Amino acid sequence: MKTPSKTPSIVNWFTSREGLYYLALAALLVVILPLALDPFRLNMVGKYLTYAFVAIGLVMCWGKAGILSLGQGVFFGLGGYCMAMFLKLEASTPEATAIQSTPGIPDFMDWNQLTELPWFWEPFHSFSFTLLAVIGVPMLLAFVIGFAMFTRRVGGVYFAIITQAIAAILTILIIGQQGYTGGVNGITDLQTLMGWDIRTDAARTTLYFVCVAMLFLCLFVARFVQNRKLGRILVAMNAQENRVRFSGYDVAAFKIFVFCLAAAFAGIGGALFTLIVGFMSPSFIGIVASIEMVIFCALGGRLSILGAVYGALLVNAAKSGFSESFPELWPFAMGALFIGVVLAFPNGLAGLYQSYVMPLEERLFKRKPKAEAQPVSEPEPTPEARKPAVEAKEAREYDPMIEHYSPEKS
Amino acid sequence: MFDGYTSSELMSIFAMQGFAGLSLFSVFVLMAMGLAIIFGQMGVINMAHGEFMILGAYTTYLTSGFFQSYLPSLFGGYFFVAMILAFLICAALGALVEWLMIRRLYHRPLDTLLATWGLSLIMQQAYRSIFGAREVGVELPEWMMGAFQVTDLVELPINGLFVMIIALSIAVGVYLLMYRSGYGKKVRAVVQNRPMAEAVGINSAGIDRATFALGCGIAGIAGAAFTMIGSTGPSSGQAYIVDTFLVVVFGGAQSLIGTIVSAFGISQAQSTMEFFLSGSMAKVLTLLVVVGILMLRPEGLMALKVRR
Amino acid sequence: MGTTEITASGRSIGKGLGFRKSLMTLAASVMLATSAQAAGPSTAEVNTTGLAVTDDTVTVGILHSITGTMAISEIGSVQAEKLAIEQINASGGVLGREIKYVQEDGASDWPTFAEKSRKLLRQDDVAAIFGAWTSASRKAILPVIEQYNGMLYYPTFYEGLEQSPNVIYTGQEATQQILAGIDWAVKEKGAKSFYLLGSDYIWPRTSNKIARKHIDKLGLKVVGEEYYPLGHTQFNSVINKIKLKKPDVIFASVVGGSNVAFYKQMKAAGVDFTEEKPLLLTISVTEDEIRGIGGENVEGIYASMKYFQSLDNPNNQEFVAAFKETYGDDMVIGDVTQAAYLGPWLWKAAVEKAGSFDIDKIREVFAGIEFKKAPEGYVRIHENHHLWSKTRIGRAQTDGQYQVVYETEELMEPDPFPEGYQ
Repeated sequence: MKTPSKTPSIVNWFTSREGLYYLALAALLVVILPLALDPFRLNMVGKYLTYAFVAIGLVMCWGKAGILSLGQGVFFGLGGYCMAMFLKLEASTPEATAIQSTPGIPDFMDWNQLTELPWFWEPFHSFSFTLLAVIGVPMLLAFVIGFAMFTRRVGGVYFAIITQAIAAILTILIIGQQGYTGGVNGITDLQTLMGWDIRTDAARTTLYFVCVAMLFLCLFVARFVQNRKLGRILVAMNAQENRVRFSGYDVAAFKIFVFCLAAAFAGIGGALFTLIVGFMSPSFIGIVASIEMVIFCALGGRLSILGAVYGALLVNAAKSGFSESFPELWPFAMGALFIGVVLAFPNGLAGLYQSYVMPLEERLFKRKPKAEAQPVSEPEPTPEARKPAVEAKEAREYDPMIEHYSPEKS
Repeated sequence: MFDGYTSSELMSIFAMQGFAGLSLFSVFVLMAMGLAIIFGQMGVINMAHGEFMILGAYTTYLTSGFFQSYLPSLFGGYFFVAMILAFLICAALGALVEWLMIRRLYHRPLDTLLATWGLSLIMQQAYRSIFGAREVGVELPEWMMGAFQVTDLVELPINGLFVMIIALSIAVGVYLLMYRSGYGKKVRAVVQNRPMAEAVGINSAGIDRATFALGCGIAGIAGAAFTMIGSTGPSSGQAYIVDTFLVVVFGGAQSLIGTIVSAFGISQAQSTMEFFLSGSMAKVLTLLVVVGILMLRPEGLMALKVRR
Repeated sequence: MGTTEITASGRSIGKGLGFRKSLMTLAASVMLATSAQAAGPSTAEVNTTGLAVTDDTVTVGILHSITGTMAISEIGSVQAEKLAIEQINASGGVLGREIKYVQEDGASDWPTFAEKSRKLLRQDDVAAIFGAWTSASRKAILPVIEQYNGMLYYPTFYEGLEQSPNVIYTGQEATQQILAGIDWAVKEKGAKSFYLLGSDYIWPRTSNKIARKHIDKLGLKVVGEEYYPLGHTQFNSVINKIKLKKPDVIFASVVGGSNVAFYKQMKAAGVDFTEEKPLLLTISVTEDEIRGIGGENVEGIYASMKYFQSLDNPNNQEFVAAFKETYGDDMVIGDVTQAAYLGPWLWKAAVEKAGSFDIDKIREVFAGIEFKKAPEGYVRIHENHHLWSKTRIGRAQTDGQYQVVYETEELMEPDPFPEGYQ
């Protein structure tokens, strides 16, 4: 996991146009929002950002490679559950659970008459194992699913529906095995991480910044993949799978890779969600949650990893805002959003930005070629201008692909 | 688990269990038939399928209320009127949706999924605003309740039989329409080769609209029939969606026969396992088996060979 | 005081004379009980922790799902809580302050419940939260409520195994409902064998464990125990199993849409509940659910709960009349709706006894708080924050109402941590 700093000077990159987009996002997340919002709202933004991880993964796997997974919630949930198991074990010390008939095990196990910790909970006493599991477990499952599907050339709609079925299976399993998983209640009442109380405002703010940092790490990984040959092959696969295959590439391997990558992102997001919100429940694994995650990505622009972040932020903020002021109307707004994005803006906010704001920028940059060397002189990003897109140079390269974009041609 | 029962008791239980499997089968056929037409023939993923079914159920609810207040003498027959109305209303809405939305998305099947999901959210909330958040109870005519006594121990539910008959007639109807009518020929022509079909003068846009409306209308009939066995509430439709898609995909998307075969397989597996295992585990196992088989045979049980 | 009352009632509802009249009588009787507290003390005195209390208003939160799958069940609770708040306002409010409410939608999604409860406590500084319905939503907001020291009034009958200093449980916990029900079935109906059936989540599972333990203790037999996923709609296989096992009693805790499917299919399979072979005893079907299932499909089943709409006492008649007046004649009131109605009244009583809105001061006075005008008759808060209440057995009729056939003589003591389940 290295940032793509092989270019001679990283400074150059930051002052390039693409770098500025990243800086604008960083400024928004690190400076503007923390200053503008109280800790409670900031915590909510942190929660929305955890969904952005899933959305970035979906950009890679759906936008670029054309694999639509309706089961990203599964990976989000698995990552979250791994973290929640660790935190729950920490919260269930023999002293804290002294009133139980078996002290030292999580409370819901005691209610379900379990008398000892199940074997698969044992390793979660270790924090380093948990961190590994947060990424490893979703990736492992993604690998198994991906291997079985992609080597048999299952794709498109079939893949979407099978992942949906997997989400259904896992939800029923988790709810049914409540002695081991906490059932429909999920794993609740998580208090400390290595002795650090995660429920205080200070801790939540710290976690927010951890989340932002992880987000940028994931963004850079995604950018690294997308800008290398690997990324081009993914896009090519989406457009003309057979031609890629006949050119000698192992299409299945690439698909498995990108699916695992998306799963890893989702797992990280889930773990951070558990930390920020303080519990995990099977409702994230279900179909509804998984499909909502797709809309984050679609709204932001399915081809833009930065767009995914904005998409997740905007949809969730709109959802919270709407449901606070018009609780009975927000499903209408949400539904209209789905339809509108698909019908009117298939490339989402990033697409809008590219077609309306970029030409303006283009003129600006041409008139003042020196301006881009100094991020300070970048025009104050208006809300519209903050919405990012892929870098111009890149966009020129990709444009022919986007124009002929059709996920299902293969 | 069978200690202490006489063989005749066991026989009757197995007979009834077989019937339970068959009625689950007809439920699946009803659910899946509309979707199989839309998804299989047009490649459109209609996530609002469940909501169209509930629209049919609400139509039945309204019709039953109407008959109770204005035509109490004909109440026994209201169900047939309700089914026809359900078909017409759902088909009309389906045609409208196709015209407003779907026709712009034929070249992007995964996007139809998102758009129809949005549609389903809107429909659900509309039901909630119009009919209230609570479930409504649909009263059935007297003759549809109760059971048909075959022997002392074997009792067959009348509404189960009724659902079976509806499922059967719809399956036969769809078969005739698809394979024995001019319309069906055109649909199949469009499925197999759209440009060629257009070249010989078939109005493919019209065919698409009619097919989508037909699928939605069948969903409406299914919804009407389900008022007999399930609940009618704003979000009841969601309960059906995963099962329905699995049935269609498992059968092989473009084969209507495949849909029926897969509905049969899944329903028998599920009802048998439910009898021997607990309900939740039976469901998980059934889904796992289906997903497993799909991994081995991604094109489904009965794949139609299409030149693309 | 008098003027406050009239303006409050005129402003907040005023839906016709009859209703106002019934409100007035209710108001008057409540005032008799609590008139000592009527004068409004200064805000600084009654609110030392920065709650949303001004000189003439106090803000509370209502947090239920009004969208999503749970809206079906939770709407009744919202209505009851709003009605109670309106009535309290009509009778002079709490410590002379009019109650205002902020309503939030939990959207049938547990994390949303957590988020909204945090919003209510952090941003709106509400003095009390009336809300949550499913155990999962309560579990989701519990840490938030405890962290910010809020107070939740939770209306649903539930599985027990919980006793938070920040929650008042106005519904019954599992033992209150189950033990009385099973004892009744054994004594009155001579039941020997039981079949336990439920939806697959914590409440039915825990309830059935309590039931099984009790049945074992009585030396009787459990012949089957079965769970189906939430939203399951095909019950033919389990109906066949029941026919094979021939239990005396089916003990059912199926919830939501599954209920409708289950009872319709039972009926269709030729099971006539009025013959009581087998007898069906449920802890989950209130009048609210029957509306969706259809009275003709459940005729003859028995339910074990603390409240039925048909309860014959003056409190209940007033309550039912007021509820119908406000929300329409076709409304039905179930156990949980009534329990939700208790929430604001109990809160008011506690605030007035403590002479303060401060959560910590209220908590000290909870034990022993009574509500004599409760529609269910009479309730009292136990020191474990649950309610002493009677358990009743009702028999469902075709009109969707229960006829009460039995009620415990004494109030049942709440026991959230029954022996062997801790």
